[in-house]
Amino acid sequence: MRDPASKGSNRRLSARSIREFATRNAIILVLVALVLVIGIVRNGFLQPDNLVNILRISSVRLIIALGCAGALISGGTDLSAGRTVGLSAVIVASLVQRPDYASKIFPNLPTLWIGIPILAAIAAGMAIGLTNGIVIAFLRVPPFIATLGTMTIAWGAASLYVDRPPLGAQPIGGLRNEFTNLGTGSIGWPGFSIPTIIVIALIVFGIYWVILNKTQLGKNMYAIGGNVNAATVSGVNVRRNLVIVYTIAGILYGIAGVLLAARSGGATNNYGQGYELDAIAAAVIGGVSTSGGIGTVGGVLTGVLIFEVLNNGLVVLGVSAYWQQVVKGIIIVAAVALDIRKYGKKR
Amino acid sequence: MSSNEFVLEMRNISKEFPGVKALDDVTLQVRPGSVHALVGENGAGKSTLMKCAFGIYQADAGQIVLEGNPVSFADTRQALDAGIAMIQQELLPVPQRSVMENFWLGRYPEKRYGVVRIVDDRKMYADCKAVFDDLGMDIDPATKVMNLSASKIQSMEIAQAVSYNSRVIIMDEPTSSLTENEVQHLFSIIRKLRSQGVAVIYISHRIEEILEISDEVTIMRDGRLVGTYEANTLNNEFIISQMVGRTLTNMFPPRENTPGDVVLKVEHLTSGIERSFRDVSFEVRKGEIFGIGGLVGAQRSELVEALFGLRSVRSGSISINGTKAVITNPIQAKRYKLALLTEERRATGIFPALSVLDNTLIANLEKYVRRNGLLDEKQGISDATRHIEMLRVKTPSVRTHVENLSGGNQQKVIVARWLLTEPEILILDEPTRGIDVGAKYEIYSIIADLAKSGKSIIMISSEMPELIGMSDRIMVMCEGRVTGILDGKEATQERIMTLATQLS
Repeated sequence: MRDPASKGSNRRLSARSIREFATRNAIILVLVALVLVIGIVRNGFLQPDNLVNILRISSVRLIIALGCAGALISGGTDLSAGRTVGLSAVIVASLVQRPDYASKIFPNLPTLWIGIPILAAIAAGMAIGLTNGIVIAFLRVPPFIATLGTMTIAWGAASLYVDRPPLGAQPIGGLRNEFTNLGTGSIGWPGFSIPTIIVIALIVFGIYWVILNKTQLGKNMYAIGGNVNAATVSGVNVRRNLVIVYTIAGILYGIAGVLLAARSGGATNNYGQGYELDAIAAAVIGGVSTSGGIGTVGGVLTGVLIFEVLNNGLVVLGVSAYWQQVVKGIIIVAAVALDIRKYGKKR
Repeated sequence: MSSNEFVLEMRNISKEFPGVKALDDVTLQVRPGSVHALVGENGAGKSTLMKCAFGIYQADAGQIVLEGNPVSFADTRQALDAGIAMIQQELLPVPQRSVMENFWLGRYPEKRYGVVRIVDDRKMYADCKAVFDDLGMDIDPATKVMNLSASKIQSMEIAQAVSYNSRVIIMDEPTSSLTENEVQHLFSIIRKLRSQGVAVIYISHRIEEILEISDEVTIMRDGRLVGTYEANTLNNEFIISQMVGRTLTNMFPPRENTPGDVVLKVEHLTSGIERSFRDVSFEVRKGEIFGIGGLVGAQRSELVEALFGLRSVRSGSISINGTKAVITNPIQAKRYKLALLTEERRATGIFPALSVLDNTLIANLEKYVRRNGLLDEKQGISDATRHIEMLRVKTPSVRTHVENLSGGNQQKVIVARWLLTEPEILILDEPTRGIDVGAKYEIYSIIADLAKSGKSIIMISSEMPELIGMSDRIMVMCEGRVTGILDGKEATQERIMTLATQLS
């Protein structure tokens, strides 16, 4: 499996082998460098509490980014991610409000078993994903446009859902502890515990890794993204696979919406705004190709972590909110420019 | 500027890619006003050497001397400006734009109005036309490139090279998509260029063509120089033996297949598209190699792609093993045990960014899904490895990206892919196109073995010796119609050509 050329260079650390290692793992090195630099400048950054906090936020973002990455790998894109997360968040939140909370969306709603709201929210995400898939695969609308449409629809739907005339759109608060524990609680035993949200994200991550690497669907996704004509000739059911890819993405956004509502203890119709661009940026930073066929879940994880370390780090460093945007933009472009060298070498 | 014997000299060129020594101390000397053929198997380093000359690659060692001056090009633009042009194998102009806009791409003539610069369309048209006229090419500079035939596009690119005042024009497999007539037209252009003092470096696998057109021949093997010879001292057998490093006793392997019952019956099949194939009827038997000949434009690929469900059919019928088959997509075609190796390997065959393993398994993944929904990787690797060894694919491992293999090996990977689906009828559309002589023989052997084991083969080929040497029967088409079906033993190049040009 290892190419013979690397054998010799393994024995001694030549400048060339170091450079090669750096090129191949540029993104991980960027992440490590970011953590170290920010940690040295501000010791508080490396406090366990802060690091766990970054991981909690990353959990939601990772799940969204995996959905987007699936669309990218299969040669498409998904702009509806953020607003779908928002729609799922308001749906789940509206169904898990405390019975004694003053301004409930559904005043007469009985206390439901927690699974029902969660499944409802995931079903909403799935419905949007399914719509994306059908529109893209059967109506042949380019993914960019199809998901731009459903993104707008999802936002409208979420706004309508929380709109309570004459009061207008209402933030949803007063969620049951049983539910918010998903986002803020931990599981484990005394002396050792892991935040539930991180555990859920890791499970989703694991499942997605298996899908991409060990199933027919995953192989087909890379094939469709890599050369859709060859996939068609090879008898890959391109349409069905695309519908599944976008449906899975929708399910992931549904899960992310649930976790987001649970973590923040509420939801508004503006939840999830712009998350799709963050997710696409994170995926691309992690080496997913915007032209399809290339990308790994490990890369997506690294990309999300870079993004969130940066978000948190810039706050810790006291950078103004406006400058944060500028710096983030620069990092996105710089990280991809670094990563692309990996492929540039060959030509 | 004294008397340069050579217009281009590449001295002791070496080039290494990770894990591969692509060029090892190669020297090439090209005289002005000559046609210099460059031959060798795929992977011999011809294209790499030329890409070093054209600035696409930079040589690791060695020297390039152009008209007596040492040069080194960082990119192709510098090479073009210095007088070296290359007509590439898989050429990709901008098809939606006009000929002249492609022609002058990157150097549009402009008119100045103060600070405003406007592209001078009229000058573009006139200059373009002048170059075409000078070379005897009949192309309207205003038509869109997508309306041109492959041959016209190539002519356009040659004219473009001339317009750069190129002293050296490199042509990489220029005849691979041309008909006989178009090849002769290309040769007349090349002779004209030669008479104007231009040196043409001509890369080709077609040895007859090389002997016809070239003055000198340089043979390469495995990244090294074998030698440079006067063309008129060479013959077919010698070139092939030098290319492969052994003597080929036979061009084609012996065939031991015996055609049996009819497995595929096509009756009056007519395309859903105007001016494509019409009223096509034929039968293919078990264990038969059924060749399809014809010129470009005969609609042969369209026919087999329709059989495979990739193109629409208006009327007619297909029966497989005696039962009517309705095939509207490749998934159904696979159920009927059909397999199709398409003509355009890059566009519709390989997945360049995927491994040899994934490329091999992609048409057959459902076979490896275990009850738990996951793929049986071990079984996949062992099946893929077995087929890859059987077909003698040269690859460092099954994990190697298929884009790193030579064309012939990529082709074998696609053959392996289809063999894994255990087809009964294999349709091979130009299976040896762009493949070197040694690998061709291997592909022929594979085809012969498959037929012997009872598979039916439908083989489209534009190379008549290949059709005659391999086929039990040959169906010839002309402009969408079947003009005749010949017995392989009776077929001659003349008879095929007569049928192929028999406009009804």
